[in-house]
Amino acid sequence: MNNDEKITEKKIMELLAQVNDPEVPVLSVIDLGIVREVKLNGEETEIVITPTYSGCPAMDVIQINIRKVLLEKGFKNVKITNTLSPAWTTDWMSGHAKEKLKAFGIAPPTIKQQVCHTELFHDGEAIQCPRCNSYNTRMISRFGSTACKALYQCNDCREPFDYFKCH
Amino acid sequence: MTSPLINYTLHLADNALILGHRNSEWTGHGPVLEQDIAISNIALDLIGQARNFYQYAAQLINRSTNQPNTATEDTVAYLRDAHDFKNCLLVEQTNGDWAKTILKQFYFSAYQFYLFQRLRDSKDETLAAIAEKSLKEVTYHLRWSSEWAIRLGDGTEESHARMTNAVDDLWMFAGEMFVAADYEIACANKGEAVDVVLLKSDWLQKVKAIFNEATLPVPQHSWMQSGGKEGRHTEHLGYILAEMQFMQRAYPGSTW
Ligand SMILES: [Zn+2]
Repeated sequence: MNNDEKITEKKIMELLAQVNDPEVPVLSVIDLGIVREVKLNGEETEIVITPTYSGCPAMDVIQINIRKVLLEKGFKNVKITNTLSPAWTTDWMSGHAKEKLKAFGIAPPTIKQQVCHTELFHDGEAIQCPRCNSYNTRMISRFGSTACKALYQCNDCREPFDYFKCH
Repeated sequence: MTSPLINYTLHLADNALILGHRNSEWTGHGPVLEQDIAISNIALDLIGQARNFYQYAAQLINRSTNQPNTATEDTVAYLRDAHDFKNCLLVEQTNGDWAKTILKQFYFSAYQFYLFQRLRDSKDETLAAIAEKSLKEVTYHLRWSSEWAIRLGDGTEESHARMTNAVDDLWMFAGEMFVAADYEIACANKGEAVDVVLLKSDWLQKVKAIFNEATLPVPQHSWMQSGGKEGRHTEHLGYILAEMQFMQRAYPGSTW
């Protein structure tokens, strides 16, 4: 940290954009929308984060990595707080993040309203294949390799893929 | 170091932890890979919810004893005995076959679904926040377990027979969820807890609708076993705790 440089929330957010989600390494904690607030309380820098899912096992690693990045940049007094309310939603994911997900081979979450469909045995959402862009896809399992994803397969190009669930 | 709110928070936590632990017993043993992953994910959600409730319970305990950092989420999970656990008897029942596991999850998810819808409005901000967060996950659990109950009930002769057995095994443990313990009543009177009696008709309606599609009869007999919320458990809880608590009891304070 250059002492001449004024520390602002914006600068800290830029630093946090270097901290990636260990389970979806193409996304940063800023892309995911889990950093809710940055507070400068005198000497102390407080980062308020919220979990994606209650049992997300990546949260501990994410906290360690946020602390590490800030300590490396010369911040001394780093406090990380967890908040649950308002509950995280995929609507907080940036458009840029959704493009990165797709390029990585994970279908990005659709917009929130579409999940309100509650009829059983129906997907309720048309999910686009990240490989060939076809909407002719089917759900294999509502639960995927991590809590935030579901398993899909494309009926046209046959590619199996992860879908980052709308939440 | 006890109050109705502490007991209520522990009750909510214990329910989630014990069912989460039960579900985790399937990890690596699921009937097919996708469903092994599904039940393990549900286990993870439940243990995450339990952690949120335990962290809050630990805060409340520390505040009441005026000894900061004495209780932690780990001490309340690992260092209490069976008679201190306040989970419903339903969640500690053995997994049995896939049908019994599914039905247990369905009964509990339907209960949590209606419970958290109301707990979102709790006057206790922390409980309200945990409920709001958890409800999103529970909605998935309810949908998944409902589909499986229908698939198995209205499936083959064998899957139908297994579901029927599961209904016989578990029905007597369902009633306890809707009989309030003293701490639930005390907290409900202050607007902190949900009056569980109010959840019963919604729950029963949901069960009837799913059983109807699953071609399963809704049991009529009404004797229900209770006691779990007050720490009187079936023989099964002791075995769960023996496995879950062993490391912390044998090597206190050990970490990964
Ligand atoms: Zn495709």
